Amino acid sequence: MAFLFDKKTILTVGAIAVALVYIVQLFNLQILDEEYKINASNNAFRYDIRYPARGLILDRNGKILVGNETAYDIMITPLEVKGLDTADLCSVFNLDINDVRAKLKEYHRDRRRIGYQSIPFVKQVPGWQYTIFLEKSYKFPGFSGVSRTIRNYPFNAGANLFGYISEVDTAFLNRNPDYRRGDYVGRTGIERSYEHVLKGKKGYNIFLRDVHNKVKASFSDGQYDLDAVPGKSINSSIDGELQQYGELLMSNKVGSLVAIEPSTGEILTLVSSPGIDIDKLAHINKYFGEISADPLKPMFNRAVMSPYPPGSVFKLVNALIGLEEGVLNHDTRYSCAGRYPVGRGVGCHPHPSPTDLTQSIYMSCNTYYCYVFRNIIDNPKYSSVAAGFNRWKELVESFGFGNKLNTDFHAEQGGTLPTTDTYDRIHGKNRWSSLSIISLAIGQGEIGTTPLHLANLAATIANRGHYYTPHIVKGSPDTLINFNFSEKKFTKVKPEHFLEVIDGMYLAVNSPPGSGATARIAAVKGLDICGKTGTSQNPHGKDHSVFICFAPKDNPKIAVAAYIENAGFGATWAAPIASLLVEKYLNQKVDRKDLEAYVIQGNLIRNVLK
Amino acid sequence: MKNYDYRKLDWPLIMCYLILTFVGWISIFSAVYDEDHAQIFDVTQRYGMQFIWIVTSFVIAFAALFLVNPKLYSTLAWIIYGLSMFLLVAVIFLGIEVNGSLSWFEIGPVRFQPAEVAKIATTLALASMMSSYQFRIKSVRSIIKIIAVILLPMAIIVMQKETGSALVFLAFTFMLFREGLSGWYIMFGILAIVIFLITLSLSPFAALIVLFALLVIARGVLMRKILIHILFLSVLLPIMILSPRIGELDFIFNRFMMPDEGWLAVIIVPLFVYHIYSTVKHKFSGMWLATLSFIGAVVLVFSVEFFFEEVLKDHQRARIENLLGINVDLKGAGYNVHQSKIAIGSGGFSGKGFLNGTQTKYNFVPEQSTDFIFCTVGEEWGFLGSTALIMVFLFMIIRIVNLAEKQKDHFNRIFGYSLASIMFMHFLINIGMTIGIMPVIGIPLPFVSYGGSSLWSFTLFLFIFIRLDLDRWK
Repeated sequence: MAFLFDKKTILTVGAIAVALVYIVQLFNLQILDEEYKINASNNAFRYDIRYPARGLILDRNGKILVGNETAYDIMITPLEVKGLDTADLCSVFNLDINDVRAKLKEYHRDRRRIGYQSIPFVKQVPGWQYTIFLEKSYKFPGFSGVSRTIRNYPFNAGANLFGYISEVDTAFLNRNPDYRRGDYVGRTGIERSYEHVLKGKKGYNIFLRDVHNKVKASFSDGQYDLDAVPGKSINSSIDGELQQYGELLMSNKVGSLVAIEPSTGEILTLVSSPGIDIDKLAHINKYFGEISADPLKPMFNRAVMSPYPPGSVFKLVNALIGLEEGVLNHDTRYSCAGRYPVGRGVGCHPHPSPTDLTQSIYMSCNTYYCYVFRNIIDNPKYSSVAAGFNRWKELVESFGFGNKLNTDFHAEQGGTLPTTDTYDRIHGKNRWSSLSIISLAIGQGEIGTTPLHLANLAATIANRGHYYTPHIVKGSPDTLINFNFSEKKFTKVKPEHFLEVIDGMYLAVNSPPGSGATARIAAVKGLDICGKTGTSQNPHGKDHSVFICFAPKDNPKIAVAAYIENAGFGATWAAPIASLLVEKYLNQKVDRKDLEAYVIQGNLIRNVLK
Repeated sequence: MKNYDYRKLDWPLIMCYLILTFVGWISIFSAVYDEDHAQIFDVTQRYGMQFIWIVTSFVIAFAALFLVNPKLYSTLAWIIYGLSMFLLVAVIFLGIEVNGSLSWFEIGPVRFQPAEVAKIATTLALASMMSSYQFRIKSVRSIIKIIAVILLPMAIIVMQKETGSALVFLAFTFMLFREGLSGWYIMFGILAIVIFLITLSLSPFAALIVLFALLVIARGVLMRKILIHILFLSVLLPIMILSPRIGELDFIFNRFMMPDEGWLAVIIVPLFVYHIYSTVKHKFSGMWLATLSFIGAVVLVFSVEFFFEEVLKDHQRARIENLLGINVDLKGAGYNVHQSKIAIGSGGFSGKGFLNGTQTKYNFVPEQSTDFIFCTVGEEWGFLGSTALIMVFLFMIIRIVNLAEKQKDHFNRIFGYSLASIMFMHFLINIGMTIGIMPVIGIPLPFVSYGGSSLWSFTLFLFIFIRLDLDRWK
């Protein structure tokens, strides 16, 4: 074979060609191709998440309702565990040695998959235990602690309001791509409604790691680490002391107690009893089964979810509608001989007769309201019963009944109001009259209102005709929260009519003995409490005890609704409970120690569970 | 030793040697670096040990330059060859097993691989044999002798399961080429590799088309009718490529079921028969060689699969498949190369700086201080640094070739060419594999990779040559 060049040159050119090819490939890898650079940063950096402290929840006076404490997740790096004294480790964390052995076995089985990753070994170890661990940690290579904040609750109250947080699960992650495994999220109550404010922003520490995921060093001395941004705190409208007192009053009773500041709509206290024990809230996962299995459903927030017939307190609404519709005035009198005498009739309790409007309220005369209600529905202004009913319903809805109030409780329910359809279904079209639906006159029948609705009614009357949407959060000391809670919502009843009703409510509480007033037990000297009792008939058991009130009569500071299941007359339990709460709030102390003791010691749960 | 002027030593080569060993040392330091052992002289770490290897290799270099009479090399060549063959065999029985290969002696803290010295011994034997007066490289006897001298250590090393080191001996082909071996052998070697790769990565069908096209071109060149053959080829190529479509024609459809290669044969065989006929008739010189080569290559194509599946070991097959992109397994056989490319690629233009390489420092790249040391250079010194290192190697190889060419003594020239060839082979395979051009074959980068055996024997190899080079000034 003939060559143009001598062999030395050919060999040299060959070597140069190879070198050139290699340099081109290096140029390609090192300068043109971005893929390898991106890969390198994934390879070598490990981002360790820094969890932010969750925002605090403060009460209306700035006291901490929901705070944070540091707990530690004890992490294990199975491949680094050497010469472990299992018994010693168990004694530090108070663990069962067999559980630990089983866990270690599992890690050993998965050691290839885990590699040099750290995985949680014990979660949420309290600080004092962690300190013991730290002292002994030289004995436990492969174990380390990561700080996490967990909730603590300085006030022994409000568990259902605050709600709980728990680690995200797969279903949640699928819906919320912003979250990562291991994050905590508010599941109920304020924690849930204001998750976006409270959660804060995660940060990270960057570490260099080797191929086994073994962390080698902090990257650039932490220069590129990102600090976690703590969550923003929340000013709740709750009065911590009052909430605690409310829960004390409600102990061993099933029902709700709601207090609102009428001039703002801010919820001062909201008790749903029985509720979740606050001591269990921070470790909800541990108690979840127990809580769910409780037949009294402590997780269920009755105060905003449960629709009850309002009973006699609804007479106030009918009175206001009657006044507004012109079928009733101050001097309208009806006599009562113990029952409403038309049709199947409606029973009443013994009281002086006849009654005018004011008297009908403070004596709570059923017969009176049957007349009033029928006059509203059968008002000749309207062409038909249905038209009269729809007008009534329109006015009732203007108080917020039958619909959600759009509070900041994500679980809020709207209660129920009947429609003409409801009655067409029950009785047949046009086959019903005001008499068929007479139960509505006294707040029974096809009507369901939540205790929050009733508290809102009290606030509406206190305000003489308008309310603010009840809400539990006032704002945040750290950030601006957009609310729509400052708008006045007017009822379709003129303010002057409220004055008539308020007189009746005032006298219901503050009449002299022998007057027939139903709520005298609620009277507190100097507080001018105005109230209305209710006894909601319950086909399933003992009647529910209901009471709404506000105080003082002029320039009211607090409006309360108490709804106690299976507790009998409104005056027996609901009125004392509500009035004690008012007294506590307005006087900062309770003088009626006997009544207080009677209420606190009263155990009505057996009525419910029988 | 008093006869020489030491200023005549080839200082550029010595400078390159010092640069490479220094680069190797700091790269090993960087690759193994550990803050608990931040001292570069810490002998519990590889960089500390490498320092000892470097210092001792200076002693070896000094000995080769000043203590040993260069006449001894040609005199003792066969004895040295014999001894080293003995060591190669002995290590199989007396050595320790490292990563599955039986190629290491262990004497106290020192490990030694006789295969490294066998390269020098084989070089000496070849140089001694080929520099004798009776030797004629074109004779069949001589070629058989040469092949025997080279194949013997290769075979023993393959038995040690060090296939990579055995492959290095193929580098003697370059030296033989210089010494008069026909370039065809190299051409055939390259052609065989290309055919092998085309067959594997595309298909036997594609390889056959390429081969036949080459035959047509060769025929055109040999008959001095290049133009007509190229025209013919341009018509033939589409026909060959589309030949399997014949089976889809209506009148044939489903009557003859044949693989693609069968349809191709329908076109090629008649043409090939005509080609044989015309070759017999016209007796063009070299045509038989081309034709036989073609037949041999066709046989190769059909035996590739057998060779690939039956002869190669699993890991070797996986490495080749990975290189060709047939079956890339980034967690398995492809892991090393992928990580190595990431490390080098992440270096960018000027690198991350000394001790700042995250990929090599944190053990992402396996064998980072030995076979994959080039990654550290690539990552920490970037395109500039790695190109510079390549240039140093290239300079050394070319300089050795130039010096070899100047030798008056055949022994010295053959020795020099052998040195350059073997260095080139290491350079070709080692850097090629770290940048994903060559399959992974575990051989060190001369003077740079960690390890006493490799450094000592390359030092000895180089300095014997530098000493031999002084003979020019006699």
